[in-house]
Amino acid sequence: MTNAPLPVASDPIERVDLNALLADSHITEVLDELDGELVGLRPVKARIRETAALLLVERARKSLGLAGGSPSLHMSFTGNPGTGKTTVALRMAQILHRLGYVRKGHLVAVTRDDLVGQYIGHTAPKTKEILKKAMGGVLFIDEAYYLYRPENERDYGQEAIEILLQVMENQRDDLVVILAGYKERMQTFFRSNPGLSSRIAHHLDFPDYSPGELLEIALRMVHQMQYTLSDSALGALRDYIPLRMNQPHFANARSMRNALDRARLRQANRLFALEGRELTRGDLMTIEGEDFRASRVFQ
Amino acid sequence: MRITQGTFSFLPDLTDAEIRAQIEYALDQGWAIGVEYTDDPHPRNFYWEMWGNPMFDLRDAAGAMGEVLACRKAHGNAYIRVNAFDSSRGFETTRLSFIVNRPAEEPGFLLKRHEVAGRQIQYTIESYAAARAPEGRRYE
Repeated sequence: MTNAPLPVASDPIERVDLNALLADSHITEVLDELDGELVGLRPVKARIRETAALLLVERARKSLGLAGGSPSLHMSFTGNPGTGKTTVALRMAQILHRLGYVRKGHLVAVTRDDLVGQYIGHTAPKTKEILKKAMGGVLFIDEAYYLYRPENERDYGQEAIEILLQVMENQRDDLVVILAGYKERMQTFFRSNPGLSSRIAHHLDFPDYSPGELLEIALRMVHQMQYTLSDSALGALRDYIPLRMNQPHFANARSMRNALDRARLRQANRLFALEGRELTRGDLMTIEGEDFRASRVFQ
Repeated sequence: MRITQGTFSFLPDLTDAEIRAQIEYALDQGWAIGVEYTDDPHPRNFYWEMWGNPMFDLRDAAGAMGEVLACRKAHGNAYIRVNAFDSSRGFETTRLSFIVNRPAEEPGFLLKRHEVAGRQIQYTIESYAAARAPEGRRYE
Protein backbone atom coordinates (compact mmCIF):
# COMPACT_ATOMS: atom_id res chain seq x y z
CA MET A 1 0.00 0.00 0.00
CA THR A 2 1.42 3.38 -0.96
CA ASN A 3 0.77 6.60 0.84
CA ALA A 4 -0.94 9.38 -1.07
CA PRO A 5 1.52 12.20 -1.74
CA LEU A 6 1.30 14.92 0.87
CA PRO A 7 0.22 18.31 -0.44
CA VAL A 8 3.27 20.43 -1.24
CA ALA A 9 3.33 23.74 0.57
CA SER A 10 4.84 25.62 -2.33
CA ASP A 11 1.94 24.87 -4.63
CA PRO A 12 0.10 28.19 -5.10
CA ILE A 13 -3.38 26.65 -4.85
CA GLU A 14 -2.43 24.88 -1.67
CA ARG A 15 -2.23 28.00 0.42
CA VAL A 16 -4.57 29.52 2.85
CA ASP A 17 -4.36 32.88 4.61
CA LEU A 18 -5.04 32.39 8.31
CA ASN A 19 -5.26 36.11 8.90
CA ALA A 20 -7.86 36.49 6.19
CA LEU A 21 -9.86 33.65 7.74
CA LEU A 22 -9.52 35.32 11.12
CA ALA A 23 -10.71 38.68 9.83
CA ASP A 24 -13.47 36.94 7.93
CA SER A 25 -14.89 35.25 11.01
CA HIS A 26 -14.98 38.48 13.11
CA ILE A 27 -13.86 36.26 15.93
CA THR A 28 -11.37 38.78 17.25
CA GLU A 29 -14.16 41.13 18.27
CA VAL A 30 -15.85 38.47 20.37
CA LEU A 31 -12.57 37.51 21.98
CA ASP A 32 -11.73 41.13 22.73
CA GLU A 33 -15.21 41.65 24.11
CA LEU A 34 -14.69 38.63 26.29
CA ASP A 35 -11.39 40.03 27.54
CA GLY A 36 -12.86 43.45 28.10
CA GLU A 37 -16.15 42.49 29.69
CA LEU A 38 -15.07 39.72 31.99
CA VAL A 39 -12.79 40.47 34.88
CA GLY A 40 -10.07 37.96 35.71
CA LEU A 41 -10.63 34.36 34.52
CA ARG A 42 -7.23 34.36 32.86
CA PRO A 43 -6.94 30.58 32.39
CA VAL A 44 -10.44 30.42 30.93
CA LYS A 45 -9.75 33.19 28.45
CA ALA A 46 -6.50 31.53 27.43
CA ARG A 47 -8.30 28.23 26.82
CA ILE A 48 -10.96 29.93 24.75
CA ARG A 49 -8.32 31.59 22.61
CA GLU A 50 -6.63 28.22 22.14
CA THR A 51 -9.90 26.61 21.19
CA ALA A 52 -10.65 29.41 18.74
CA ALA A 53 -7.21 28.97 17.18
CA LEU A 54 -7.79 25.23 16.85
CA LEU A 55 -11.12 25.76 15.16
CA LEU A 56 -9.70 28.35 12.82
CA VAL A 57 -6.85 26.07 11.80
CA GLU A 58 -9.35 23.27 11.39
CA ARG A 59 -11.27 25.46 9.01
CA ALA A 60 -8.13 26.33 7.09
CA ARG A 61 -7.33 22.62 6.81
CA LYS A 62 -10.81 21.92 5.58
CA SER A 63 -10.50 24.56 2.87
CA LEU A 64 -7.50 22.64 1.56
CA GLY A 65 -9.35 19.37 1.70
CA LEU A 66 -7.50 17.96 4.69
CA ALA A 67 -10.19 15.98 6.41
CA GLY A 68 -9.60 15.57 10.08
CA GLY A 69 -13.18 14.89 11.00
CA SER A 70 -15.03 17.66 12.76
CA PRO A 71 -13.45 18.16 16.16
CA SER A 72 -15.44 17.26 19.22
CA LEU A 73 -16.47 20.51 20.84
CA HIS A 74 -18.39 19.35 23.87
CA MET A 75 -17.07 20.99 26.99
CA SER A 76 -17.29 20.94 30.70
CA PHE A 77 -17.13 24.12 32.74
CA THR A 78 -16.25 23.56 36.35
CA GLY A 79 -16.09 26.17 39.05
CA ASN A 80 -17.79 27.58 42.08
CA PRO A 81 -21.07 29.44 41.74
CA GLY A 82 -20.90 32.93 40.34
CA THR A 83 -17.61 32.47 38.51
CA GLY A 84 -19.09 33.29 35.13
CA LYS A 85 -19.81 29.87 33.65
CA THR A 86 -23.11 30.85 32.03
CA THR A 87 -21.73 34.14 30.76
CA VAL A 88 -18.76 32.43 29.18
CA ALA A 89 -21.06 29.77 27.70
CA LEU A 90 -23.03 32.53 25.99
CA ARG A 91 -19.81 33.92 24.52
CA MET A 92 -18.71 30.44 23.55
CA ALA A 93 -21.91 30.02 21.57
CA GLN A 94 -21.14 33.24 19.72
CA ILE A 95 -17.57 32.20 19.02
CA LEU A 96 -18.63 28.80 17.70
CA HIS A 97 -21.26 30.49 15.57
CA ARG A 98 -18.77 32.95 14.07
CA LEU A 99 -16.44 30.09 13.25
CA GLY A 100 -19.25 28.18 11.62
CA TYR A 101 -19.31 25.25 14.04
CA VAL A 102 -22.88 25.85 15.13
CA ARG A 103 -25.41 27.22 12.71
CA LYS A 104 -27.46 29.54 14.90
CA GLY A 105 -25.34 30.31 17.96
CA HIS A 106 -28.08 30.42 20.58
CA LEU A 107 -27.69 29.07 24.09
CA VAL A 108 -30.28 26.82 25.71
CA ALA A 109 -29.60 26.68 29.45
CA VAL A 110 -31.24 23.78 31.29
CA THR A 111 -31.02 21.88 34.54
CA ARG A 112 -32.03 18.34 35.52
CA ASP A 113 -35.70 19.29 35.76
CA ASP A 114 -35.83 20.24 32.09
CA LEU A 115 -34.41 16.91 30.94
CA VAL A 116 -35.64 14.26 33.36
CA GLY A 117 -39.26 13.24 33.56
CA GLN A 118 -41.33 12.20 36.52
CA TYR A 119 -42.59 8.84 35.41
CA ILE A 120 -41.65 6.03 33.05
CA GLY A 121 -41.66 7.17 29.45
CA HIS A 122 -41.62 10.83 30.31
CA THR A 123 -37.89 11.38 30.16
CA ALA A 124 -37.08 10.52 26.56
CA PRO A 125 -39.57 12.92 24.94
CA LYS A 126 -38.60 15.64 27.40
CA THR A 127 -34.89 15.29 26.73
CA LYS A 128 -35.45 15.04 23.01
CA GLU A 129 -37.56 18.17 23.00
CA ILE A 130 -34.81 20.15 24.69
CA LEU A 131 -32.23 18.69 22.33
CA LYS A 132 -34.33 19.74 19.36
CA LYS A 133 -34.55 23.26 20.72
CA ALA A 134 -30.80 23.35 21.20
CA MET A 135 -29.99 22.13 17.68
CA GLY A 136 -27.89 24.63 15.83
CA GLY A 137 -26.69 26.10 19.10
CA VAL A 138 -25.24 25.25 22.45
CA LEU A 139 -26.95 23.20 25.15
CA PHE A 140 -25.78 24.33 28.58
CA ILE A 141 -26.59 21.84 31.34
CA ASP A 142 -26.09 23.51 34.69
CA GLU A 143 -25.25 21.29 37.64
CA ALA A 144 -25.07 18.34 35.31
CA TYR A 145 -24.17 15.89 38.10
CA TYR A 146 -27.77 15.93 39.29
CA LEU A 147 -28.57 13.90 36.17
CA TYR A 148 -26.93 10.93 37.78
CA ARG A 149 -28.18 9.71 41.12
CA PRO A 150 -26.28 6.57 42.06
CA GLU A 151 -28.29 6.09 45.25
CA ASN A 152 -31.42 5.42 43.22
CA GLU A 153 -30.94 2.84 40.52
CA ARG A 154 -34.40 3.46 39.10
CA ASP A 155 -33.72 7.15 38.65
CA TYR A 156 -34.69 8.40 35.18
CA GLY A 157 -31.57 10.59 34.95
CA GLN A 158 -29.65 7.72 33.43
CA GLU A 159 -32.07 7.62 30.53
CA ALA A 160 -31.48 11.32 29.86
CA ILE A 161 -27.72 10.75 29.94
CA GLU A 162 -28.01 7.94 27.40
CA ILE A 163 -30.02 10.04 24.95
CA LEU A 164 -27.61 12.88 25.48
CA LEU A 165 -24.65 10.64 24.74
CA GLN A 166 -26.19 9.40 21.56
CA VAL A 167 -26.80 12.89 20.25
CA MET A 168 -23.39 14.12 21.40
CA GLU A 169 -21.81 11.37 19.37
CA ASN A 170 -24.00 11.25 16.27
CA GLN A 171 -25.03 14.85 15.80
CA ARG A 172 -21.83 16.66 16.56
CA ASP A 173 -22.49 19.06 13.72
CA ASP A 174 -25.88 19.97 15.08
CA LEU A 175 -25.15 20.96 18.63
CA VAL A 176 -22.48 21.48 21.24
CA VAL A 177 -23.12 20.38 24.81
CA ILE A 178 -21.58 22.19 27.76
CA LEU A 179 -21.83 20.53 31.17
CA ALA A 180 -21.32 22.82 34.12
CA GLY A 181 -21.07 22.54 37.87
CA TYR A 182 -18.87 22.40 40.94
CA LYS A 183 -15.49 20.91 40.25
CA GLU A 184 -15.44 18.02 42.74
CA ARG A 185 -18.96 16.89 42.00
CA MET A 186 -18.35 17.04 38.26
CA GLN A 187 -15.29 14.86 38.68
CA THR A 188 -17.30 12.25 40.57
CA PHE A 189 -19.98 12.51 37.89
CA PHE A 190 -17.47 11.92 35.09
CA ARG A 191 -15.90 9.04 36.96
CA SER A 192 -19.20 7.26 37.19
CA ASN A 193 -20.10 8.08 33.56
CA PRO A 194 -16.96 7.30 31.58
CA GLY A 195 -18.90 7.43 28.31
CA LEU A 196 -19.72 11.02 28.95
CA SER A 197 -16.29 12.08 30.04
CA SER A 198 -14.62 10.48 27.02
CA ARG A 199 -16.81 12.51 24.72
CA ILE A 200 -15.82 15.79 26.27
CA ALA A 201 -12.60 17.15 24.92
CA HIS A 202 -12.42 20.51 26.61
CA HIS A 203 -12.41 20.92 30.35
CA LEU A 204 -12.38 24.52 31.53
CA ASP A 205 -11.88 25.27 35.16
CA PHE A 206 -13.14 28.59 36.44
CA PRO A 207 -11.04 29.91 39.32
CA ASP A 208 -12.54 31.91 42.16
CA TYR A 209 -12.11 35.64 41.95
CA SER A 210 -9.60 37.50 44.09
CA PRO A 211 -10.90 40.33 46.30
CA GLY A 212 -9.47 42.87 43.83
CA GLU A 213 -11.31 41.23 40.93
CA LEU A 214 -14.52 41.09 42.92
CA LEU A 215 -14.22 44.82 43.61
CA GLU A 216 -13.76 45.51 39.93
CA ILE A 217 -16.75 43.34 39.08
CA ALA A 218 -18.84 45.19 41.66
CA LEU A 219 -17.75 48.56 40.28
CA ARG A 220 -18.75 47.50 36.79
CA MET A 221 -22.13 46.39 38.04
CA VAL A 222 -22.57 49.73 39.82
CA HIS A 223 -21.76 51.47 36.59
CA GLN A 224 -24.18 49.29 34.63
CA MET A 225 -26.96 49.96 37.10
CA GLN A 226 -26.23 53.67 36.73
CA TYR A 227 -25.25 54.29 40.32
CA THR A 228 -22.11 55.80 41.76
CA LEU A 229 -20.32 54.93 44.99
CA SER A 230 -19.30 57.67 47.38
CA ASP A 231 -15.79 57.45 48.83
CA SER A 232 -17.16 56.03 52.05
CA ALA A 233 -19.15 53.45 50.10
CA LEU A 234 -16.05 52.39 48.18
CA GLY A 235 -14.21 51.94 51.45
CA ALA A 236 -17.11 49.99 52.91
CA LEU A 237 -17.27 47.76 49.84
CA ARG A 238 -13.53 47.10 50.13
CA ASP A 239 -14.02 46.00 53.73
CA TYR A 240 -17.14 44.07 52.85
CA ILE A 241 -15.61 41.78 50.24
CA PRO A 242 -13.11 39.82 52.39
CA LEU A 243 -15.70 39.52 55.16
CA ARG A 244 -18.29 38.18 52.76
CA MET A 245 -15.82 35.75 51.21
CA ASN A 246 -15.39 34.04 54.55
CA GLN A 247 -19.10 33.59 55.07
CA PRO A 248 -21.00 30.51 53.98
CA HIS A 249 -22.81 30.49 50.62
CA PHE A 250 -20.36 32.86 49.05
CA ALA A 251 -21.04 32.91 45.31
CA ASN A 252 -18.41 35.19 43.81
CA ALA A 253 -19.88 37.68 41.33
CA ARG A 254 -23.42 36.70 42.26
CA SER A 255 -22.77 37.66 45.89
CA MET A 256 -21.52 41.02 44.65
CA ARG A 257 -24.72 41.55 42.73
CA ASN A 258 -26.79 40.62 45.77
CA ALA A 259 -24.77 42.95 47.98
CA LEU A 260 -25.38 45.77 45.56
CA ASP A 261 -29.06 44.99 45.33
CA ARG A 262 -29.36 45.15 49.11
CA ALA A 263 -27.38 48.39 49.18
CA ARG A 264 -29.83 49.82 46.68
CA LEU A 265 -32.66 48.77 48.92
CA ARG A 266 -31.11 50.52 51.90
CA GLN A 267 -30.34 53.57 49.80
CA ALA A 268 -33.99 53.76 48.79
CA ASN A 269 -35.05 53.52 52.43
CA ARG A 270 -32.53 56.15 53.44
CA LEU A 271 -33.86 58.51 50.77
CA PHE A 272 -37.38 57.90 51.98
CA ALA A 273 -36.36 58.81 55.49
CA LEU A 274 -35.30 62.26 54.28
CA GLU A 275 -38.87 63.46 54.31
CA GLY A 276 -39.63 66.86 52.86
CA ARG A 277 -36.42 67.25 50.96
CA GLU A 278 -36.25 67.38 47.22
CA LEU A 279 -33.85 64.81 45.84
CA THR A 280 -31.22 65.66 43.30
CA ARG A 281 -29.93 63.44 40.58
CA GLY A 282 -26.84 62.91 42.70
CA ASP A 283 -28.92 61.75 45.66
CA LEU A 284 -30.66 59.18 43.53
CA MET A 285 -27.44 57.89 42.04
CA THR A 286 -25.16 57.78 45.04
CA ILE A 287 -24.79 54.81 47.33
CA GLU A 288 -23.25 55.83 50.66
CA GLY A 289 -21.01 53.88 52.99
CA GLU A 290 -23.80 53.39 55.48
CA ASP A 291 -25.78 51.49 52.86
CA PHE A 292 -23.11 48.81 52.96
CA ARG A 293 -22.19 49.14 56.63
CA ALA A 294 -25.71 48.21 57.66
CA SER A 295 -25.16 44.73 56.22
CA ARG A 296 -25.20 41.81 58.66
CA VAL A 297 -21.78 40.85 57.32
CA PHE A 298 -20.30 43.69 59.35
CA GLN A 299 -21.92 42.53 62.60
CA MET B 1 -52.92 9.15 -9.27
CA ARG B 2 -50.61 11.60 -7.58
CA ILE B 3 -52.18 13.37 -4.62
CA THR B 4 -51.84 17.10 -4.82
CA GLN B 5 -52.52 18.61 -1.43
CA GLY B 6 -50.82 21.53 0.22
CA THR B 7 -47.96 23.68 -0.92
CA PHE B 8 -45.52 22.51 -3.64
CA SER B 9 -47.69 19.51 -4.48
CA PHE B 10 -47.56 20.18 -8.21
CA LEU B 11 -43.77 20.17 -8.11
CA PRO B 12 -41.67 17.05 -8.16
CA ASP B 13 -41.22 15.58 -4.68
CA LEU B 14 -38.98 17.73 -2.52
CA THR B 15 -35.54 16.39 -1.71
CA ASP B 16 -34.46 16.26 1.92
CA ALA B 17 -32.30 19.34 1.41
CA GLU B 18 -35.33 21.20 0.03
CA ILE B 19 -37.55 20.04 2.89
CA ARG B 20 -34.92 21.24 5.31
CA ALA B 21 -34.70 24.61 3.60
CA GLN B 22 -38.49 25.00 3.81
CA ILE B 23 -38.46 24.14 7.51
CA GLU B 24 -35.64 26.60 7.98
CA TYR B 25 -37.75 29.25 6.29
CA ALA B 26 -40.73 28.50 8.53
CA LEU B 27 -38.58 28.69 11.66
CA ASP B 28 -37.16 32.01 10.50
CA GLN B 29 -40.74 33.30 10.39
CA GLY B 30 -41.19 32.20 13.99
CA TRP B 31 -43.59 29.40 13.13
CA ALA B 32 -43.92 26.12 15.00
CA ILE B 33 -43.46 22.83 13.11
CA GLY B 34 -45.67 19.77 13.27
CA VAL B 35 -45.25 16.44 11.50
CA GLU B 36 -48.36 14.41 10.62
CA TYR B 37 -49.06 11.22 8.70
CA THR B 38 -52.04 9.35 7.33
CA ASP B 39 -52.98 6.54 5.01
CA ASP B 40 -56.33 8.05 4.14
CA PRO B 41 -55.59 10.61 1.45
CA HIS B 42 -59.17 11.82 1.00
CA PRO B 43 -59.04 15.59 0.47
CA ARG B 44 -61.60 16.13 3.23
CA ASN B 45 -59.50 14.23 5.74
CA PHE B 46 -58.01 17.27 7.44
CA TYR B 47 -56.95 15.63 10.67
CA TRP B 48 -53.97 13.45 10.11
CA GLU B 49 -52.27 11.51 12.87
CA MET B 50 -49.76 13.60 14.79
CA TRP B 51 -46.20 12.36 14.85
CA GLY B 52 -45.32 13.55 18.34
CA ASN B 53 -46.25 16.99 19.54
CA PRO B 54 -45.79 20.08 17.43
CA MET B 55 -42.35 21.55 18.00
CA PHE B 56 -42.20 25.04 19.42
CA ASP B 57 -39.20 27.32 19.97
CA LEU B 58 -36.92 25.52 17.55
CA ARG B 59 -34.08 27.56 16.14
CA ASP B 60 -32.65 25.13 13.65
CA ALA B 61 -34.21 22.74 11.16
CA ALA B 62 -32.11 19.79 12.33
CA GLY B 63 -34.53 18.88 15.13
CA ALA B 64 -37.67 18.94 12.97
CA MET B 65 -35.85 17.22 10.14
CA GLY B 66 -34.94 14.43 12.55
CA GLU B 67 -38.63 13.93 13.28
CA VAL B 68 -39.49 13.86 9.58
CA LEU B 69 -36.89 11.15 9.03
CA ALA B 70 -38.06 9.20 12.08
CA CYS B 71 -41.66 9.39 10.89
CA ARG B 72 -40.62 8.25 7.44
CA LYS B 73 -38.80 5.31 8.98
CA ALA B 74 -41.90 4.26 10.91
CA HIS B 75 -44.48 5.07 8.22
CA GLY B 76 -42.49 4.93 5.00
CA ASN B 77 -45.53 3.88 3.00
CA ALA B 78 -47.91 6.58 4.17
CA TYR B 79 -48.46 10.23 3.45
CA ILE B 80 -46.41 12.50 5.68
CA ARG B 81 -46.76 16.24 5.78
CA VAL B 82 -45.02 19.08 7.55
CA ASN B 83 -47.22 21.83 8.93
CA ALA B 84 -46.00 25.22 10.03
CA PHE B 85 -48.14 27.10 12.54
CA ASP B 86 -48.21 30.84 13.00
CA SER B 87 -49.35 32.05 16.42
CA SER B 88 -49.02 35.78 15.82
CA ARG B 89 -52.80 36.25 15.89
CA GLY B 90 -53.19 34.51 19.21
CA PHE B 91 -54.07 31.07 17.92
CA GLU B 92 -52.05 28.57 15.96
CA THR B 93 -52.89 28.92 12.27
CA THR B 94 -51.46 26.71 9.56
CA ARG B 95 -49.41 28.92 7.30
CA LEU B 96 -47.58 26.28 5.36
CA SER B 97 -48.33 22.62 4.82
CA PHE B 98 -46.55 20.35 2.40
CA ILE B 99 -46.24 16.64 1.74
CA VAL B 100 -42.81 15.20 2.43
CA ASN B 101 -43.50 11.51 1.87
CA ARG B 102 -46.01 9.52 -0.17
CA PRO B 103 -46.62 5.81 -0.77
CA ALA B 104 -44.81 4.18 -3.64
CA GLU B 105 -48.06 3.46 -5.38
CA GLU B 106 -51.06 5.79 -5.22
CA PRO B 107 -54.18 4.08 -6.60
CA GLY B 108 -56.26 7.24 -6.68
CA PHE B 109 -60.03 7.73 -6.23
CA LEU B 110 -63.25 6.26 -7.48
CA LEU B 111 -65.81 8.80 -8.60
CA LYS B 112 -69.21 7.68 -7.33
CA ARG B 113 -72.42 8.91 -8.92
CA HIS B 114 -75.41 8.77 -6.68
CA GLU B 115 -78.76 9.31 -8.35
CA VAL B 116 -81.33 11.08 -6.20
CA ALA B 117 -84.84 12.47 -6.71
CA GLY B 118 -85.48 13.92 -10.13
CA ARG B 119 -82.57 11.98 -11.66
CA GLN B 120 -80.27 14.51 -10.10
CA ILE B 121 -76.72 13.22 -9.64
CA GLN B 122 -74.65 13.68 -6.48
CA TYR B 123 -70.94 13.05 -6.82
CA THR B 124 -68.59 11.77 -4.24
CA ILE B 125 -65.10 10.31 -4.33
CA GLU B 126 -63.73 7.32 -2.52
CA SER B 127 -60.10 6.37 -2.12
CA TYR B 128 -59.28 2.95 -3.54
CA ALA B 129 -56.61 2.58 -0.90
CA ALA B 130 -59.02 3.33 1.95
CA ALA B 131 -61.55 0.91 0.50
CA ARG B 132 -59.21 -2.02 0.16
CA ALA B 133 -57.96 -2.45 3.72
CA PRO B 134 -58.42 -1.06 7.22
CA GLU B 135 -56.25 1.72 8.52
CA GLY B 136 -52.57 0.89 8.78
CA ARG B 137 -52.62 -1.81 6.06
CA ARG B 138 -53.73 0.20 3.05
CA TYR B 139 -50.41 0.63 1.29
CA GLU B 140 -48.72 -2.63 2.13
